[in-house]
Amino acid sequence: MTRHIISVLVENEAGALSRIAGLFSARGYNIESLTVAPTEDASMSRMTIVTSGSEDVVEQITKQLNKLIEVVKVVDLSEAEHIERELMLIKVRAGQKEREDMKRMADIFRGRIIDVSDNTYTIELTGDGRKLDAFIQALDPASIMETVRTGTSGIGRGNRVLRV
Amino acid sequence: MDRVKTSTLTGAEIVVRCLQAEGVEYVFGYPGGAVLFIYDELFKQDRVKHVLVRHEQGAAHAADGYSRASHKVGVCLVTSGPGVTNAVTGIATAYMDSIPMVIISGQVPTHAIGLDAFQEVDTVGVTRPCVKHNMLVKDVRALASSIKKAFHIATTGRPGPVLVDIPKDVTTQSCEFDYPQSISMRSYNPVRKGHAGQIKKAAQLLLEAKRPMVYTGGGVILSDAAPQLRELVKLLGFPCTNTLMGLGAYPATDRQFLGMPGMHGTYEANMSMQHCDVLLAIGARFDDRVIGNPAHFAQNPRRIIHIDIDPSSISKRVKVDVPIVGNIPDVLDELLKLLRDSKPQDIGQWWKQIDEWRAKDCLRYDRNSTIIKPQFVLEKLYEVTKGEAFVTSDVGQHQMWAAQFYKFDRPRRWINSGGLGTMGFGLPAAMGVQLANPGATVACVTGESSIMMCLQELSTCKQYRLPIKIINLNNKYMGMVRQWQQFFHGNRYSESYMDALPDFVKLAEGYGHRGVLIEKPADVEPVLKESFSRKDELVFLDFITDQKENVYPMIPGGKGITEMILYEDL
Repeated sequence: MTRHIISVLVENEAGALSRIAGLFSARGYNIESLTVAPTEDASMSRMTIVTSGSEDVVEQITKQLNKLIEVVKVVDLSEAEHIERELMLIKVRAGQKEREDMKRMADIFRGRIIDVSDNTYTIELTGDGRKLDAFIQALDPASIMETVRTGTSGIGRGNRVLRV
Repeated sequence: MDRVKTSTLTGAEIVVRCLQAEGVEYVFGYPGGAVLFIYDELFKQDRVKHVLVRHEQGAAHAADGYSRASHKVGVCLVTSGPGVTNAVTGIATAYMDSIPMVIISGQVPTHAIGLDAFQEVDTVGVTRPCVKHNMLVKDVRALASSIKKAFHIATTGRPGPVLVDIPKDVTTQSCEFDYPQSISMRSYNPVRKGHAGQIKKAAQLLLEAKRPMVYTGGGVILSDAAPQLRELVKLLGFPCTNTLMGLGAYPATDRQFLGMPGMHGTYEANMSMQHCDVLLAIGARFDDRVIGNPAHFAQNPRRIIHIDIDPSSISKRVKVDVPIVGNIPDVLDELLKLLRDSKPQDIGQWWKQIDEWRAKDCLRYDRNSTIIKPQFVLEKLYEVTKGEAFVTSDVGQHQMWAAQFYKFDRPRRWINSGGLGTMGFGLPAAMGVQLANPGATVACVTGESSIMMCLQELSTCKQYRLPIKIINLNNKYMGMVRQWQQFFHGNRYSESYMDALPDFVKLAEGYGHRGVLIEKPADVEPVLKESFSRKDELVFLDFITDQKENVYPMIPGGKGITEMILYEDL
């Protein structure tokens, strides 16, 4: 079982997302995370799916994705050098007592405080999944009020490009 | 195709004009609220003929059977909600066997979608896992191109059913009709030509083989590659097996044919699959009913060449050495070019071994029985129809016996639900087959349990005067269920006995057909002869057969391909 990041270019049509999600559930493939948004070409969306499985399973996943009529291109980013990033918004308790510590912690992880109230901070943090995990672990669980993560987005390094 | 351009048409008119432009001869369907405007347009013309079934499952199976027997696209038309959910079994059946079909379904008006309207169901959602593609057309201006796309997708690459869902208001809105001549999609471009280097490798392997085996499936039938297959197998002198979906691709009466492989395949086919050193797989997918347990199959080292149009079929259950993705006839043409002037190895020893396996006579049964043996009925059916009938079947023991005992020499003559295993398929499929081949002999081999699943279509047969011959192998059991219960569940025949069966003769008569009850072996042949001489009549032949007969050989579920239970073992 290895972790794979699969990027998919897909026609920006109603139902394309459910077709892909449906494929994963129907064939019993794992989805760790799935992100989707339009690309610079509004007729196409790009999806990043983080999955895990044996080599055979991942080969089937890419083949099955390619078989979907609306899928334009599929690439397994993890086959070569690539970058992955994820965005997390995390709301933490930040009363008078915790404010300083919390600010310092955010700085260490290069997070940005994007919303402040009397007793809360909302911190924006970007990085690969492990960095976000590490930040959560570094905090006192009792201080975390809410987290929201986008799931991983990925892109190949250098001249490696996924486009039509 | 001519470019058809006229003034503005309504959506309903567009649907019918598209079907005409595609050369659709028959639409199998059932009207309802959401498709009334389309039916109104069908009424006003006579180029596209409508066949009114009695249940939408029948419409899908009939369109499917029509396609399998003709290589044309099967088309069905159903209404929203229950209309389309009834058709789902038929759509899934076609999907599993890769049958090109276009399903047009009505939908509630666009403004009512999502409001739990009367007869509303999320058709695109419900059918998504069992179609090659589907679409909801919300704008009449996209209707013609969507239907064109549907036909294009259904028939190219690995074929399959495509559904077009049309809300009622779209059928009343108008726009200019412009049926596209062709369609190009950046996201969908199936390959045709195989990789030349891989084909060369395949040729080399075939020429080096000492114990070769050719194993072909439904792909050879669907791509009309039987002529190339025959030439290849003859040229090389290799043994050949056809799966349940592939029967007829290679002539069953030829010496090089080893019968069907798999769970109820012949001893010689299964032994050869396991012990060959080079396996050429064409349009087949190594499914669980063919190779049994893949780990057991992998015990014997062999080189595998796999030709298939669908990359996802390759190395799915079995790792292959030489994958070739492409359209089978194209690939075989290339392969033949490389092989025509070469000489394969002498495989006399291998044939000697195969003939020893063959001598086991694994399909034998008790010919002296005083009760009618189902195998005997099928042998006689083969003789009486001179092997030239189109044979449809339902699912179960009768299906396996038909596959074993009716020797198909031509493709598209054996029509059955192989992938999904749909009881109820046989009779409506036979309707489609008969309509595609007027005047041809069509037999529906079935059992008393299967036939009752789509029995209502006897009424359709009457309306369209379809002279199908129904071969009902009546053992009062869901025979295959009973067989598994006997073998694996300690003879506990839980709910597999069919009690309170109708009098099938009276039932056939009730629908306006002829029915005959046959209880003695001696009557089998004369009654078959007499019935098949009735060219204009549907005859329901109710054969009372041995209740305890089993299908042999049998590979128990999960076992290896050579771990067969034979008739002689019991």
